[in-house]
Amino acid sequence: MDFLLSFFNSLPGAFGQGLAWGIMAIGVYITYRILDVADLTVDGSLATGGAVAALGITMGLNPWAALVLAVIAGMLSGLVTGLLHTACGIPAILSGILTQLALYSINLRIMAIGSGASTKATLALSVDKQSLLLSSRYIREVSLRNPLLLLAVLTAAVIAVLYWFFGTELGCSLRATGANPNMARAQGINTNTAKVLGLVVSNGLVALSGGLLAQYQGSATVDMGRGAIVIGLAAVIIGEVLLGKVFINFALKLLSAIIGAIIYYVVITLVLRLGLESTDLKLLTALVVAIFLTIPYWKGKYFTKTVRKEGARNA
Amino acid sequence: MLELREIYKTFNPGTINEKRALNGVSLTLADGDFVTVIGGNGAGKSTLLNAVAGVWPVDSGTIAIDGIDVTSLPEHKRARYIGRVFQDPMMGTAATMQIEENLALAARRGKARGLKAGITAREREEYRELLKILDLGLEERLTAKVGLLSGGQRQALTLLMASLVKPKLLLLDEHTAALDPKTAAKVLDATEKIVRRDNLTTLMITHNMRDAIAHGNRLIMMYEGRVAVDVSGEEKKHLTVEQLLALFSQASGSDEADDKLLLG
Repeated sequence: MDFLLSFFNSLPGAFGQGLAWGIMAIGVYITYRILDVADLTVDGSLATGGAVAALGITMGLNPWAALVLAVIAGMLSGLVTGLLHTACGIPAILSGILTQLALYSINLRIMAIGSGASTKATLALSVDKQSLLLSSRYIREVSLRNPLLLLAVLTAAVIAVLYWFFGTELGCSLRATGANPNMARAQGINTNTAKVLGLVVSNGLVALSGGLLAQYQGSATVDMGRGAIVIGLAAVIIGEVLLGKVFINFALKLLSAIIGAIIYYVVITLVLRLGLESTDLKLLTALVVAIFLTIPYWKGKYFTKTVRKEGARNA
Repeated sequence: MLELREIYKTFNPGTINEKRALNGVSLTLADGDFVTVIGGNGAGKSTLLNAVAGVWPVDSGTIAIDGIDVTSLPEHKRARYIGRVFQDPMMGTAATMQIEENLALAARRGKARGLKAGITAREREEYRELLKILDLGLEERLTAKVGLLSGGQRQALTLLMASLVKPKLLLLDEHTAALDPKTAAKVLDATEKIVRRDNLTTLMITHNMRDAIAHGNRLIMMYEGRVAVDVSGEEKKHLTVEQLLALFSQASGSDEADDKLLLG
């Protein structure tokens, strides 16, 4: 009984985390599913988003303006990865790893700006001292300051904008590049430009998520993005496995990444209550992703075989 | 319309897999020429088309389309002038996108792509009409994902896409080779229809000698990276498979090439 109570008590927190990470998962969806590129920049750009937003806010900037700066910083990191990949011919995965690594040093520098120190690994934010857009402190409050409200509105706005964008000529050229680069080039699409643009948009969203997370949890840390790609993938894949058959519309597909992220955090909360240490989470996340990637593969493998057998029997 | 001058292309130079695919090939196509291309495996047919399309840069020589030197233009920029259908039915369309979305992508070939709608209501009506030409019932399935279509349907759709914005040059790379005979005939039929309707300058590779003779106003046969036989006009109209084989033996100076050609 106690266990259930404490679990339900922590559910709002799981939803908050899930929504904030869900925006990051949408960024991962854009690269992994639409562009067919595994972009590892996100581990760095999430922290960059957090660092820039936190820095802006501690320096007295309007939190919305700080968030915009965070998004721009994320887009720049996406641009770097994109150029490393297309202009320098480095494989996409390695390009992402290089940018991610470089961002680690850069993030330490960003957070030290104005503090007198040369590097800094954490920037604390407090809802008492600064004006923040959201804070986990109000997660169980029934009021307008409840972070779930803002997160839900922002998520809806992100999905709406992306739904519009991927329906435009430019957005379609991105989708074509991911679906079939040969065809895209034959139709006059510069696939390199499309890839760079996709990486820019994706990392902008990831940094937005980082900027929101820093405010939500009350700090930006240089490590906040570690393993982010795997969490993003977990959200995308959980959403797909559970809802892929029902959610056909593009906006719903994006929503399923959000739902995937929420489910992920609910599960994490559950296992933490069951007595696992928070340091075990990385192992758990890796397992979840591995399992959810395996399911569709095995399903496809064995499902196809059965169909063939039946076909043979009918013939 | 198309002018190739002394094109050379060697793959994997300096390695054990070195292959001189194009060996100084020159070719000029007049406006409205429908040229069928035959030749054995490794004769350089596909390489020739890829050189024109700009899949990779050539080693030397120049390529001009309608008087414009495109030799140094990348593939996506040359696409403004060129419609293409590939041998692999999977290659010409985006499987995860709808039929109408694929057509809308093709309708914007050679144009700047901005933040306007990727497809408009008026276009949908247009596409419905255009798809009727194919006679495959696709006009009723505009929003179906292309991945659900058969190979033949995909090739026919690719053909329509290649000609949606009238190209200065249509490149068909054995586009019926992967299809069953009945479907192949249908796609070939649609090809003939579209090429005639728009009077398209066309290069069509085929592995079928009869098709090569039956279609187009000119036939070229490639051998070792060059044009070995070039027949057009009246001579082409009355050509038989036997004559073609004889011409080829003459040009290549060997008899064993017959088998290679027929098998290829």
